[in-house]
Amino acid sequence: MKKIEAIVRKTKFEDVKNALFEADINWFSYTEVHAIGQAREDRIYRGVMYSTDIIPRIEITIICRDQFVKPAVNAILSTARTGEVGDGRIFVSPVDDTWSIRTGEHGDDVLANKK
Amino acid sequence: MGTILTINSLDTVWVLLAAMLVFFMQPGFAMVEAGFTRSKNTANILMKNFVDFMVGTVLFWFIGYSIMHNGDAGFIGKISPFNISFRGDEGIPEEAWLIFQTVFCATAATIVSGGMAERTKFGVYVLISILISAVIYPIEGHWAWGGGWLSKLGFHDFAGSAVVHACGGSIALAGAMILGPRIGKYTKTGKSVAIPGHNLTLGALGVFILWFGWFGFNPGSQLAADGPENATAISHVFVTTNMAAACGGIAAMLLTWFLYKKPSLSLVCNGILAGLVGITAGCDLVSVGGSAVIGMVCGAAMVGAVAFFDKVCHIDDPVGAVSVHGVCGILGTIMTGLFAVDGGLFYGGGWSFFGIECLGILCIVAWSFALGYIIFKVLDKTIGIRVEPRVEEEGLDIYEHGETAYN
Repeated sequence: MKKIEAIVRKTKFEDVKNALFEADINWFSYTEVHAIGQAREDRIYRGVMYSTDIIPRIEITIICRDQFVKPAVNAILSTARTGEVGDGRIFVSPVDDTWSIRTGEHGDDVLANKK
Repeated sequence: MGTILTINSLDTVWVLLAAMLVFFMQPGFAMVEAGFTRSKNTANILMKNFVDFMVGTVLFWFIGYSIMHNGDAGFIGKISPFNISFRGDEGIPEEAWLIFQTVFCATAATIVSGGMAERTKFGVYVLISILISAVIYPIEGHWAWGGGWLSKLGFHDFAGSAVVHACGGSIALAGAMILGPRIGKYTKTGKSVAIPGHNLTLGALGVFILWFGWFGFNPGSQLAADGPENATAISHVFVTTNMAAACGGIAAMLLTWFLYKKPSLSLVCNGILAGLVGITAGCDLVSVGGSAVIGMVCGAAMVGAVAFFDKVCHIDDPVGAVSVHGVCGILGTIMTGLFAVDGGLFYGGGWSFFGIECLGILCIVAWSFALGYIIFKVLDKTIGIRVEPRVEEEGLDIYEHGETAYN
């Protein structure tokens, strides 16, 4: 059982979501985050130029069985990339256990993708 | 009963209609100022815009009106509290005259609130609003419009580039200087930091409203509509007013596009207002071509002035009140002396009219700035004019008013 965390551009979220569905990942959560990195957005207000390195992004959190990690990662890589600085990051880490709050079951069986 | 015969109904309706349009500039100012500042101070800035008009209405009725228009003494009119019947019904009823003068007074006062936004104590603002409506504005207004020494010299300010806008802009400059910049406006090395306004949609709406209101501000100042002469005059003023606004916006758009590589909405908003302020003094005297040039010059000068005050002088003027109303009010008055078809320097009128325009604007700016500076300095040393840093950081809405604009 693994946890995949991916920080992606807001504009790419819909594409990533659809690609994840196609890869049979149909259970995940996401939040809006502010990320600091190499990406810059140049702005001008009343003649004062400024650039912000604090940029809104979406962080997707997926918990899945080991065999789904590769298709999920590929789905994100193929849809979230623009080639510009600031496309984001993917992190994969092990998860010890999972419980379903409704049924009390735990382990791989709880995960929605049954394959 | 004899005086009543001189009342002209069409003129009266026109002046009252124009007064309504000028009144509608108040929400215009309120939206510009609210939009160009941060959401934590919105209730405060809306309150200040109400206070301007409420205080202005009462104080101008109380003594401002008589200081400005009673008699033709050189420096100050004869003070007659609550007396508004010294003028008589001349063309329009005296009460139509009063309400038209009241909305102009409130416009001068409301300019100041933008330049001092986001850091001034509310009580201090009420006090300065009182002093503008009762003292600063009526006295210089008397010089130019009430039969005072400037009007005797032949000084021409049709609708108030000098009397209203340069006056308000000068007081705003004094206030912004003594207040100092908002927390976080400049880095330790003195570099200017952008503090974007929270809603440019409201700001842009405010500019459209002001543009609309200006069709009362300038054409209404003809104070008459009856007969072919007046009809021609107000139509001409409509065209010159609109032309200067459009050209001011165009100049700001092109200049920011060139200087900053992007056409800036916030500065185009100011550019339109710059053109309007600039044309106000000479809208009746200049040709349509002249109004286009005046608009262009004011729009471009405003962009330079915003950068100058912000980056060189480190005077923090959140909405550009000093650059728009102060600088362009001065330029508009001076350019009336250049572009007036009859008497202007560029039309072979010689130096005398141009000289009087320069003298007039110099005196009005010096008067307004000096009085504003003294008042703010005294208040600063006694009760303090600036809020505590904690109040400024968390927003004036919560601490000064106990209610917020957005919930």
